[in-house]
Amino acid sequence: MSEGLPTPDYSLSIEQRESVYEPAEDTFLLLDALEKDIKKLRALDARIVLEIGCGSGVVSTFVAQNLGKHAFHLGTDINFVAARCTRQTARMNRIELDTIQTDLIRGLRLDRVVDILLFNPPYVPTESEATTDIERTWAGGPTGRGTLDRFLPEVPRLLSSQGVFYLVALHQNDIPSLLNHNEKELKGEIVMQRRCGIEHLYILKFSRI
Amino acid sequence: MKLLTHNFLSSRFLKNVATGYPLLLRVNEKELREVEFDQDFVQNIMPKVDYNCLVSTLMAIGEQGALPNELPENWRENEELLKELHRVLVKIEVIVGELECPESGRVFPIKDGIPNMLCQEDEC
Repeated sequence: MSEGLPTPDYSLSIEQRESVYEPAEDTFLLLDALEKDIKKLRALDARIVLEIGCGSGVVSTFVAQNLGKHAFHLGTDINFVAARCTRQTARMNRIELDTIQTDLIRGLRLDRVVDILLFNPPYVPTESEATTDIERTWAGGPTGRGTLDRFLPEVPRLLSSQGVFYLVALHQNDIPSLLNHNEKELKGEIVMQRRCGIEHLYILKFSRI
Repeated sequence: MKLLTHNFLSSRFLKNVATGYPLLLRVNEKELREVEFDQDFVQNIMPKVDYNCLVSTLMAIGEQGALPNELPENWRENEELLKELHRVLVKIEVIVGELECPESGRVFPIKDGIPNMLCQEDEC
């Protein structure tokens, strides 16, 4: 849990909890990593912040609250209930942001303009692919990287020259291979790691070389 | 959905669509949100905005107001203009409506302020 910067207020209804991922250890680890980097993030003077799979909206709202007012915040989610939940969380905290219901970044025209990119993907290795909305929030297929591996090739196209990409990952996702997934264009580093019960979680950060 | 968001949407992912931009916007319900004027925000974001897309969309929904057809060179110093840009970029909120691909005619609905850009596997 963040100690210095406040966590946004949020409230998920019973209906929302059936299909939207509730903030958990992984969410809070990402918030802690963003808090640790907050001075650097503020110094970016970001124009466009994009979160993939914005879910409850806690992460996007946290960034918007703590970055200062001058950025434009966008979130995407494949689940309409989650896209609406993010708007609700933002409004609850008097933050302006927009959400789009789509698969990853389909329909977005954001070539090389994203200054801060965020993704807490479904990272848990599972025998089969997800079939329901709530499974889709965590089930990552056999490697835990089913959704992530579809997204990673898009990252260099999205990031601005100063852009940074924060990613939540699990030890079993193969951290070394993630860090080097695109050595020609991106450099990766571990910002934070934490054992939470049976999960060994990482926050990775990528920027342009 | 703010018009700033609309400025960043395209249907280029559809099969046989070359640019898919700008998406045609139709509005059934909109609101004007209370957002404090932020000059730095407008000055920051305008270089990323496609002004022609913005103006043609405003014209289509009857919101062009005082915005000129071409962005004047001194826009950064013109406070009235910056305020009007702020209004159209982030205060106007489309709640219900639709977006139409200019090439294929495929329609993407907007509900509760959220555009739905999902498509079937065989469409893209």
